[in-house]
Amino acid sequence: MGKVFAFHGGIHPPENKHQSTQLPIAKAPLSKVLHIPLQQHIGVAAKACVEVGDKVLKGQCIGDAQGHLSVPIHASSSGTVCAIGEHPVPHPSGMSGLCISIETDGEDRWIEHGALENFRALSELELIDYIRDRGIAGMGGAGFPTALKLQLGDKHIINTLVINAAECEPYITADDLLMRERSTQIVGGIDVLQHLIKPSHVIIGIEDNKPQAFRALKAAIKDCAYNIDVISVPTKYPSGGEKQLIQLLTNVEVPNGGIPADVGIVCQNVGTVYAIYRAVSKGESLISRIVTVTGGGVNKPQNYETLIGTPVSTLLQAAGEIQDRVSKLIIGGPMMGYSITSIEIPLVKTTNCIVAASVNEMPVADPAQACIRCGLCEQVCPAQLLPQQLHWFAKSQEYIKAQQHNLFDCIECGACSYVCPSNIPLVQYYRHAKTSIREEQQEKRKSDLARERFEAKHKREQRAIDEKAAKRKARAEQAAISQAAKKLSENNPSSPVVDDEQQLKNQLNAAKLKLQQAQDHLTKLASSHGSQVSDSALAERQVQHAKSNLAQIEKAVDDFKPQLASAIVDVKKLKIGAALANTKLNKAQQALKKAIEKSQPGVEQLQKTITMLDQEASNASKLYQKALRKNTQAETDTTEVAETKRLKIAVAIALSKLKKAQVQFANEEYSDAASATLFELTKQLEKAEQPLAALQKATAENANSATNKNSVQPPLKTRARATETASPDLKVLKTAAAIARTKLKKAQDQLQTLAPEDQHNSSAVQNLLSEIKSLEEKVRLSQASYVKAKETSDFEPSVIESASVRRTHYNKILALHTKAMAALAKAEADNSPAVTKMRISIDKLSGKLKAATAALSSDSIPTSNKDFT
Amino acid sequence: MAFLNASSPHVQRPTKTADIMRLVLIATLPGVFAMTFFFGWGTLINVILASFVALVCEALCIKLRKRPVLFFIKDNSALLTAVLIALALPPFSPWWVTTTAVFVAIVIAKQLYGGLGQNPFNPAMVGYALVLISFPVEMTRWTSPFELSGNSWDVLSFVDTVTVIFGNWSQVIQTYPHIDGYSGATPLDTLKHRNGLTIEETWKISTVMANVGAWYAVSLCYFVGGIFLIYRKVFTWHAPVTLLLTLSLISALFFAIDPDSYADPLVHLTTGATMLGAFFIVTDPVSSATSNRGKIIFAAGIAILVYSIRTWGNYPDAMAFAVMLMNLCAPFIDQYSQPRSFGHKNARHGIANEDKSQ
Repeated sequence: MGKVFAFHGGIHPPENKHQSTQLPIAKAPLSKVLHIPLQQHIGVAAKACVEVGDKVLKGQCIGDAQGHLSVPIHASSSGTVCAIGEHPVPHPSGMSGLCISIETDGEDRWIEHGALENFRALSELELIDYIRDRGIAGMGGAGFPTALKLQLGDKHIINTLVINAAECEPYITADDLLMRERSTQIVGGIDVLQHLIKPSHVIIGIEDNKPQAFRALKAAIKDCAYNIDVISVPTKYPSGGEKQLIQLLTNVEVPNGGIPADVGIVCQNVGTVYAIYRAVSKGESLISRIVTVTGGGVNKPQNYETLIGTPVSTLLQAAGEIQDRVSKLIIGGPMMGYSITSIEIPLVKTTNCIVAASVNEMPVADPAQACIRCGLCEQVCPAQLLPQQLHWFAKSQEYIKAQQHNLFDCIECGACSYVCPSNIPLVQYYRHAKTSIREEQQEKRKSDLARERFEAKHKREQRAIDEKAAKRKARAEQAAISQAAKKLSENNPSSPVVDDEQQLKNQLNAAKLKLQQAQDHLTKLASSHGSQVSDSALAERQVQHAKSNLAQIEKAVDDFKPQLASAIVDVKKLKIGAALANTKLNKAQQALKKAIEKSQPGVEQLQKTITMLDQEASNASKLYQKALRKNTQAETDTTEVAETKRLKIAVAIALSKLKKAQVQFANEEYSDAASATLFELTKQLEKAEQPLAALQKATAENANSATNKNSVQPPLKTRARATETASPDLKVLKTAAAIARTKLKKAQDQLQTLAPEDQHNSSAVQNLLSEIKSLEEKVRLSQASYVKAKETSDFEPSVIESASVRRTHYNKILALHTKAMAALAKAEADNSPAVTKMRISIDKLSGKLKAATAALSSDSIPTSNKDFT
Repeated sequence: MAFLNASSPHVQRPTKTADIMRLVLIATLPGVFAMTFFFGWGTLINVILASFVALVCEALCIKLRKRPVLFFIKDNSALLTAVLIALALPPFSPWWVTTTAVFVAIVIAKQLYGGLGQNPFNPAMVGYALVLISFPVEMTRWTSPFELSGNSWDVLSFVDTVTVIFGNWSQVIQTYPHIDGYSGATPLDTLKHRNGLTIEETWKISTVMANVGAWYAVSLCYFVGGIFLIYRKVFTWHAPVTLLLTLSLISALFFAIDPDSYADPLVHLTTGATMLGAFFIVTDPVSSATSNRGKIIFAAGIAILVYSIRTWGNYPDAMAFAVMLMNLCAPFIDQYSQPRSFGHKNARHGIANEDKSQ
């Protein structure tokens, strides 16, 4: 063995190591106060297990490890805990961290400790735990918990153990001096690691600028029983990078995103190995380390064995700080170290060097010039990146491109910045870009999580709402069923409403019975006689009349339908009763109708039935009136009105049936008897109509009072809102109608002027006529839709107003029609050839106008029933 | 005591952009001397004139852009552009041709794009190409090189040269009829306009080949300067070596197929702007591809274009056009020429989001 490979790039900065290697390692003076940070390693900070005022001994555990990725913290010297709190810690950001401050007593008294008798006797896990309990973390710079690095799973088979003794950073000589002076102890530490990992080969990689250390190690490994080599690698920064050193020694590239163990290699820093030796052979926890104090700002650059927690100021004093000469204080080397601004910052397990640089040594960087893509950075990049491209991407914040150019493979060694002729602080750009990308990813993760949570919550809520609605529905159905059942089965005279209900029920039962009788009679009649119905025009007209009357009543009922919304239980009862009555009546009427159609001798019975039915209708009306009087409160009014409607419908239907019957009877042979009956029926009808009119009046009054009280009635409020939303549509319809009308008028005017004087221009007239036709159609349509819309959206206050508006529209159209008629008359007088066509179309027009009129006046029903009949 | 707070690294190599530019300028000196020696004072006068114009233009632009003038002037980049233009132009080209070329190079091709580092095209080549298209007569007026076999340094005197450069050519011809005797075509010109003759016949009847040694010498000087720059690690070998190799290979191929119609590789390498281009133009880092692999592709493309335009195109030489065409391709080449990063199995290509090596 012994072959050395190469890694890409690398630089040769001035080494400046000789200054601090002139003197041997010295013991740093004991500081009065030690500030021991609880986080000196990568991972979770330790948790203080002492309190202010506690006496502690050197080597005593003062901070417990928190979980796997953590190591404990020990007191570096004996004394009293004087504070546990925030203190500036070594960090590039200059931040503070939790520290345990110990006021030393000067005795430096050790806690009881002893060597491991025979570490080979311990199991692997016990030994690893022992190393963790001694607080050992990687001392090369990162501070990765050593125990974790040794605790390899089954998937990692280690064949090579690499001891990193390269120490490639300028100025730093801590490892160099350690190897020179304590090489046997280092090999003792390697023994422990060799026992733990059992690699087939151990390689110590050391830069060739440390010949003394190299020789010392060579001598120390002579007696080693296992396969171990000390290999000298060419001095080139950053050969001390873990991955770079592994490539130098084994020509194996650690895959990106992986760890050396993935390729069967474990790498430990030489300082860590020494700490392991101290822990195993002496039982000492990691409470001190070798620190290089160097730079042009100190008189006596030297390596010091320093207690963890010693402030920088103590070491600077020891090394003979030259006042006002230090311009920059750097923790670590000049390539990857960070500047600090406070000399009260304590040393930690990873601090290998303090450079007190003078102005000449590390001058303020010149302002950056433009990147000329000279590519020098690319030639020196050990990660084989394109630093110049990364710089452009970082500068323009094109982070996706930066990631495509493997930004995260950058080890921030600083080689690119070192060679950059334009003084561009490249590493700073990369750090910024990396942080920004990490923040972005963090944000994205956060927002993704928030979105998922929101969606889940939304689903959950929706489910709850659905369930609630389903439950409510089921409950409502159940209640309705049970209540109906209750009403039908129970007879409770104490309640007035139920009393009414009972009456209604009785009525219905009676009607049902009579209906049955009528039906029976009818079937008998039907079997004995053939149908003999004559179609008289009069009968038809009367039926028509009855029908239209019915339609009017129905519309009026529809107008009040929205008021049903606030139905309350009492009225519900009535409603159900009324509905039942209605059905029964309907059935009876149908039967009656059949009977009338096939009317034969024996009409007396039928007559009786009709009379009875009529009586029932009036009874129902009376009952309803009664109910209405009982419930005069504003809240219940509206719902009662709905009931009125139902009853009204029933009455109206009965009425129309009666009328039909009258017609039929009038045409029968037995006209004498029939006419007598008719007279009677008419009387009864009038009777029935009277209560209806009264009802309507009462309803209207109630409605008005309801409107006046709308401030306390939510249903009305919602109705008002509905009207509001509907009104823009109405307006649109209205304007459309108006436009259509104006067009129509214009066309008609034109026709008027054209028709008399132009006999030959028939084609123009024809065109006009067809235009008028289509316009008429439009007018009709728009009017109809307008009216429809009005009907659905308008309520009591607007009904009258819109009715009047529509009436004026109707009048206008009527006037237009008259004009058209006049034009036609003139044309006729002039014997125009287009007259016939005109006439036909005007006939059609008048038909449509009539339809429009019907549509228009439909809303005036509530106020006057017989507007156009 | 207040300590400086700064990001690592805390030390820097002292070599700066200005030093790099200065090194390149130094590397052009052998070429400048060779040109002056063989073609007279014209080159030297052009170099001085171009440098002056370049510095004035650069200073004015920086001033207009409200940047610190001295800070930017000191980077020597304008000076280098000027020298390269002066070396590319014919020694007797009138002062306004030089001025136009330098003005375009500095103001339009460089400062309008944002100054040093921001120009997509090689400024010197933009300036050169513009005057080549705009003033074809002036741009083809080369002088015959001084013959090594001669007794004295038989080139146009300094005063005559100044008169030619700063005076009116037609008047100068009348005043100094002997000047016309100094003008002549370049070998590539002769090659281009050989009127159906074979290469061999052309060389035989042309007087140009008699003095071809001068061209060889100039090219050698550029070559030496380039080697010096590679030694000083101002640029890597990738671009120049690829360019020369590719050009040799193509020309050798065609020469082997038909020696009567195609010139031999030596002519292509030594008699035109090949050496100047290979070491001083193609290596311009700003406008070329950036990675080592990219530089190889970039230079190979230039070589192919140069040979194509020289052989089948309308211009006797083609370095400027070839370089500018490949400048256009540089960003694209960069996309597909990333090196394989440490720990990756393969290099990334294009703008794919996924690292396919994983």
